[in-house]
Amino acid sequence: MTISLGHYLTVAAILLTIGIFGIFLNRKNVIVILMSIELMLLAVNINLVAFSAFLGDLVGQVFALLVLTVAAAEAAIGLAILVTYHRNRGTIAVEDINLMKG
Amino acid sequence: MAAAFFFYLFSAIAIAAGVMVIAARNPVHSVLFLILAFFNGAGLFVLLGAEFLAMILVVVYVGAVAVLFLFVVMMLDVDFVELRQGMLNYLPVGATIGLILLGELGLVVGAWTLSPELLKVVAAPVPAPGTLSNTEAIGLLLYTRYLFYFQAAGLILLIAMVGAIVLTLRHKAGVKRQSVAQQVARDPASAIEIRHVTPGQGI
Repeated sequence: MTISLGHYLTVAAILLTIGIFGIFLNRKNVIVILMSIELMLLAVNINLVAFSAFLGDLVGQVFALLVLTVAAAEAAIGLAILVTYHRNRGTIAVEDINLMKG
Repeated sequence: MAAAFFFYLFSAIAIAAGVMVIAARNPVHSVLFLILAFFNGAGLFVLLGAEFLAMILVVVYVGAVAVLFLFVVMMLDVDFVELRQGMLNYLPVGATIGLILLGELGLVVGAWTLSPELLKVVAAPVPAPGTLSNTEAIGLLLYTRYLFYFQAAGLILLIAMVGAIVLTLRHKAGVKRQSVAQQVARDPASAIEIRHVTPGQGI
């Protein structure tokens, strides 16, 4: 029994769906939303690396490396904004973040 | 056979951990399940032959990002029970959209095959087994053809670091700091005052 590309794509699709579902489920909690985004980026990385391995092309892995960098930067900036917001307003509930009337 | 077993093991644990990330009551548990999911994602990368990315995933995510999440979750004094209220209201919409998306992705995965001609136009072929390790091959590619992308990634990380410091640095009023210039500029005339005290009276 061999594991094909479709198996990896299925796992990545399920992880991506879990990430999107998590954003809907935890509408009030920014920290869990950020973690859901990290899960979705992991699913994207699994897709890239699976295509890279099954096509025999290394560029997918280089691209996955760049995705990893952007994900780390995004997590750092997001958490910094969260800490600053909590310091100023004393809450991190998403519906209270309405200062810009967006 | 062993590869299939490990594939199912890693992917089952990764998916279960992913479910627990969004369903756990305590955000600290969410972070720990996120770490578990990333570990199993790294296992899948090893199965795919991408050892370098697997190790980078463990070092960057488990070592840096997850610990960052853990620190923030533990430092913020937030009532997480209150944040969870109304979760069941969002469940039907979220489940509907999730199932639609999963169905669409399933259709994409099912009705799709690799063209054999695609294998002839690879941009950077994976080296034959035994000649070059995965890390060396990525290094040879990353430091030559993708050098500017690599430097752009470094720049992004630098900007993220500067941004995080700027956002969280604060100057409190009333903190006594050392001022070297002021210390060096001190001379006896400004530092010492000579008083003549008459005996028996004091100042």
